[in-house]
Amino acid sequence: MRRKLKEIKVAVAGQPNSGKSTIFNLLTGGRQHVANYPGITVEKKTGTYHIQEHKVFLTDLPGTYSLTSYSLEERIARDFLLQEKPEVIVDIVDAANLERNLYLVFQLAEISIPLVIDLNMADVAKSRGFQIDTEKLSQEIGAEVVPTVGNKGRGKSKLRQTIHRAYETKKSPKKINYGEDLESILISLEQLLSKDTNLKKRFPLRWLAVKLLENDSEALRIVKKYSKNGEEILSYVEKERKKFISQYGEAPEKTLAHQRYREAEKIVGHCVKQIRTKPKTLTDRIDMVVCNRFSGLIILLGTIYAMYNLSIVQGYKITNYTWPLLAGLQKFLVLLLPPEGFAFDPLLRAMPLGVIGGVIAVLNYVPIFIILFALIAIMEDTGYLARMSFILDRVFRYFGLHGQSVLPLVLGGVYVGGCAIPGVMACRGIKDEKARLATMLVVPLMNCLAKIPLYVLLLGLFFAATKGIMMFFIGTITIIIALGVAKILSLTVLKRKESAPFILEMPPYHLPTLGGVLRRCLERLEIFVKKIITVVIVVMILVYLLINFPGLSEERKAYYNNQANQIKQSFIRKIGKDSSYAKLLAGKQLMKFIGYRNDYRAATKGIEKEEAKKVIEQKFRQRNLEFFKIVKKGKYELGGKKIKDKDAKKVHKAYKKLFNQRRELRAEKKNETIKGSFLGRIGIAMEPFTKRLGFNWQVNIALISAFAAKENAVGTIGVLYESPPTEKEERLEKRLGEKEGGWTPLHALAMILFMAMYPPCIPTLLMIRVESGSTLWMLLATLYPIILGIIFAFLAFTVGNLLGFTGLKMMVAIYVLATVFTIGVGFIKSEPKVKIKT
Amino acid sequence: MTLDELKPGQKCHIVKVNAGGVTGQRLLDMGFVPGAKIDVIRNAPLVDPMELLLKGYRVSIRHSEAKEIEMILL
Repeated sequence: MRRKLKEIKVAVAGQPNSGKSTIFNLLTGGRQHVANYPGITVEKKTGTYHIQEHKVFLTDLPGTYSLTSYSLEERIARDFLLQEKPEVIVDIVDAANLERNLYLVFQLAEISIPLVIDLNMADVAKSRGFQIDTEKLSQEIGAEVVPTVGNKGRGKSKLRQTIHRAYETKKSPKKINYGEDLESILISLEQLLSKDTNLKKRFPLRWLAVKLLENDSEALRIVKKYSKNGEEILSYVEKERKKFISQYGEAPEKTLAHQRYREAEKIVGHCVKQIRTKPKTLTDRIDMVVCNRFSGLIILLGTIYAMYNLSIVQGYKITNYTWPLLAGLQKFLVLLLPPEGFAFDPLLRAMPLGVIGGVIAVLNYVPIFIILFALIAIMEDTGYLARMSFILDRVFRYFGLHGQSVLPLVLGGVYVGGCAIPGVMACRGIKDEKARLATMLVVPLMNCLAKIPLYVLLLGLFFAATKGIMMFFIGTITIIIALGVAKILSLTVLKRKESAPFILEMPPYHLPTLGGVLRRCLERLEIFVKKIITVVIVVMILVYLLINFPGLSEERKAYYNNQANQIKQSFIRKIGKDSSYAKLLAGKQLMKFIGYRNDYRAATKGIEKEEAKKVIEQKFRQRNLEFFKIVKKGKYELGGKKIKDKDAKKVHKAYKKLFNQRRELRAEKKNETIKGSFLGRIGIAMEPFTKRLGFNWQVNIALISAFAAKENAVGTIGVLYESPPTEKEERLEKRLGEKEGGWTPLHALAMILFMAMYPPCIPTLLMIRVESGSTLWMLLATLYPIILGIIFAFLAFTVGNLLGFTGLKMMVAIYVLATVFTIGVGFIKSEPKVKIKT
Repeated sequence: MTLDELKPGQKCHIVKVNAGGVTGQRLLDMGFVPGAKIDVIRNAPLVDPMELLLKGYRVSIRHSEAKEIEMILL
């Protein structure tokens, strides 16, 4: 027999800052799952627990002040309640802020689902001198009231029991009385609605009547969609609204809201006694410093710096420790692939190699993200984030952004070294849709960590004497341009986007809990990693195909195979056909030896201690004694005797030659493959045009390949300038200097500026796609930086040459130009956001 | 008089909220209803927005939005 627990669906509602997520965690005990509501970026948390013979299935609704259809969060909360029809609603109410919280309670009550009021942060209310009569409150609302202290875990079992009782008794909460005038309209409207069986079956009619009278767009849509006599209902509503407005000189929605507050005030008057008043709370005292004109700005700058330093700088240091782990994982995975060939590697090796490399590269940033997400959670929980917006709103609004835009921009890398992915993710907090999109679109202009290697390379080469000042210009020009671009975007493509008013609650400060911060941090990390990894795999395959296909012609392949054979033959000649080692290294054995020696070198690299070395050598000795003789250059012990094996020494010498020849051959082959690939052809085809920007085809390819990940730029230049793959950066600098004798500082400046404006990497673009919910914004985020980059590179190279400027002089000129431009667009007034209605 | 004209330290009663649409609804939802008492706590370091005490909690709004709120000084 199948025994299944009966499931109870419970929705957890509440206003922002009511401690809702703490209670949610308390109830579920951490057994929860985070996803997004379908198609949108609002997080949807679900969790379960058992009580008696029931399994309670909890859904966390977004925190909202009200239940209108004006904001996404409110629409989500409302749709969930109406469509999923939970059996119980738990409303988390901030006990110290009862009046405003009751405003939401009344609206939830109208949905006619059994309600439980969680009077949270009861301790805070008490410490502020409030005495709440919960018994009386419960009577007035018509729902049970449970006091809890979420962050101390108090009230859990009572809350669970009360939810269960609410489910069993199925008692509807009391509905607020809006006063005679409104009630008469509401009652007749409800009667009219009740004639429609379809509406009656699907929706709580009292709620629908109230929302229709409020002229709520969703309610109007519901009637149009589900009612047979929708026209009649809507014209009735319209008539009543008009009548009300002409009679009272005010829209019904205003009177309704006013009545709810009047009722809330009345209930608070009945149930709450303030037994003492604190003249100044701790929050007041902190705010006097934190929001002060002088100390406030210093604290703000300090906080921004600390966040940047802790996450990006220190996080990067941590990656030094985590990297060996990832490198080990990578090595392990690579071992599972088919072995490499002498000149050509099998496709099943080459392609997964790129994919593994891409995934590992992203995972490398995980420590940074963990710190970052934890810090953001702390900032949210303490209440400082709201202060940050408060202080900076004035500056950012000037450029069409929002006080809350500061965090995403900082994370993106305001000076040097950030990452656009968490930057884009942090945009979620911005309530103003217009500013949110504008911020999201300009975050990738910041200097992310991956842009830095190319700066360092080129600055070291062409601006050695003025490196510091050049870095300052590059580091700051991006934010200047980003602000200008944000303003232009909000004046043009974003003009019609919803701009929410800046009405921001400044919650009291409180200490975040370790568990809460960790949980939020890990939840976000999980979502991020899952999304990014799947995408990176697809992208790396694509990139591989683009730079490797159509591939070399048969003729060229034959040429390379022929070269390979010649190298092998000359190797065998050198060690002598008669040498015992010649047989040992014949045919497939040669590749085996190459693998053996590579492993040996990797294993002994950087090992200083004699003992450790001995252990490793013992291992290799056991793996293959003959090979071991060669890699030891003929000096080894056998049977306790020290042996000098001249043949083995000779083989080793010959092998070194073979090793270098093979490396050169493979680099040449790779270079030719890229040149002939789809990507290479594009790079070459673009050369006539990019010449004006100072880019030759190699640079074109390097810049295009950076699209997958910007670190690629330096790597690709390295490959194209025929670097054996293991060589160090300094060597590459040298090579570039020698090979490209024709390069001038203006060439370098053009390339640096193009890189500074470089379009977001693919993971960032996907994040933009996810967070904006639209492919169009993603495309815009790709295109406009390219255009900007072309403009700046053109200015730097062509105009710079025309004027005969030095690199530094041109940098200053462009910097001044960008600054003037941005300040200029800042002065353009956006349309008045507030519509004045009487 | 409108709310944006107040200086930190001043108190007032709301008479009327003129804004409609999102702003109007948001203001009402947050407790900016006729009769509510407001204490102006401070202006932001760069003057705008302003921080208010309303119905026992703190809220900040821009002066452009405060202009929509008619009040009488206490």
